[in-house]
Amino acid sequence: MSTIFERLLLREKKSATTAKERLKLVLVHDRMDLTSSALDSLKDELIAVISKYVSIDTDAVEINVNQEGREQTLIAIIPLQASRKRGVR
Amino acid sequence: MKAQVITITSGKGGVGKTTATANIGVALAALGKSVVCMDADIGLRNLDVVMGLENRIVYDLVDAIEKRCRLRQAMIRDKRYNTLFLIPAAQTRDKNAISPSDMIRVCDEIRPEFDFILIDSPAGIERGFRNAIAPADMIIVVTNPEVSAVRDADRIIGLIEAEEKDPVRLIINRFNPSLVKRGDMLTSEDVLELLAVDLIGIVPEDESVLVSTNHGQPVVLNHNSLAGKAFENISQRLIGEEVPWMNLDGKSDFFGRLSRLIRSGRS
Repeated sequence: MSTIFERLLLREKKSATTAKERLKLVLVHDRMDLTSSALDSLKDELIAVISKYVSIDTDAVEINVNQEGREQTLIAIIPLQASRKRGVR
Repeated sequence: MKAQVITITSGKGGVGKTTATANIGVALAALGKSVVCMDADIGLRNLDVVMGLENRIVYDLVDAIEKRCRLRQAMIRDKRYNTLFLIPAAQTRDKNAISPSDMIRVCDEIRPEFDFILIDSPAGIERGFRNAIAPADMIIVVTNPEVSAVRDADRIIGLIEAEEKDPVRLIINRFNPSLVKRGDMLTSEDVLELLAVDLIGIVPEDESVLVSTNHGQPVVLNHNSLAGKAFENISQRLIGEEVPWMNLDGKSDFFGRLSRLIRSGRS
């Protein structure tokens, strides 16, 4: 049922909305001069380096680019293994 | 008098740089300003035909830079406004014939005598673009509400900022209110949000631009044209006047046209 709903939503989506979403992504990469595969390897290497010192939840690592006007900030969310366990308990 | 040098650029070709340069130039002259329009697209000269001055060219920018003539001799006076001049590009040379320092020198030479120097930049991000922005006090980026033009505008804005050549102002050209209404064209808000620069004007898509250009008469001279009015508004903003944004939501088009018709009938 959800797929039908999604399909309906997809059909409703205007081409201008698609254009804006695609442009948003493209501009992030253009401005950083970084392809998405390069961003992936950055993430892998970052995980490797941090793992040398602390144990982290590698599956939960998130790397995002935050936009503020024309300024971009790379934001990494790296949950620590121990703190996550504490959180669960 | 010390002229303000404004470079009109875009990244992508064919978005309306030359049309914008010619029309802003004519509109500024109509407001009583003295203006030089300079074609920096060496090898692909076009500002002359858009301004309707192609038959008057004797010398060009490269002739002046290489001292085959005085700069004054390369300046063509407009047929309509005697405070408007064109410095045409060379047609048989390429962008490497001139350097950024040549452009700065040329502008410095005429700055004392004019209010505005408008430079029509070539498309692209290489030498020609660097030449065109070198003397600029302000840079106007022209884009269309369309993916490739917006992407290239973003790239060019990044390069301009890296050169610390601010401020950058944006013209959204060929804006089609009915496509926007249908959801098939980016809105001006979308474009501004994506590019994060200040807007100086939205120019609606208008057949009269093509028709005027066919005649070598910039569209600002046609007082019934919506695009012409938009270029006029941009020029007024450039001289520091506050002009309300044109209503382009696609609804009041008819009434706008009607009121302009009535106004032009009266005068």
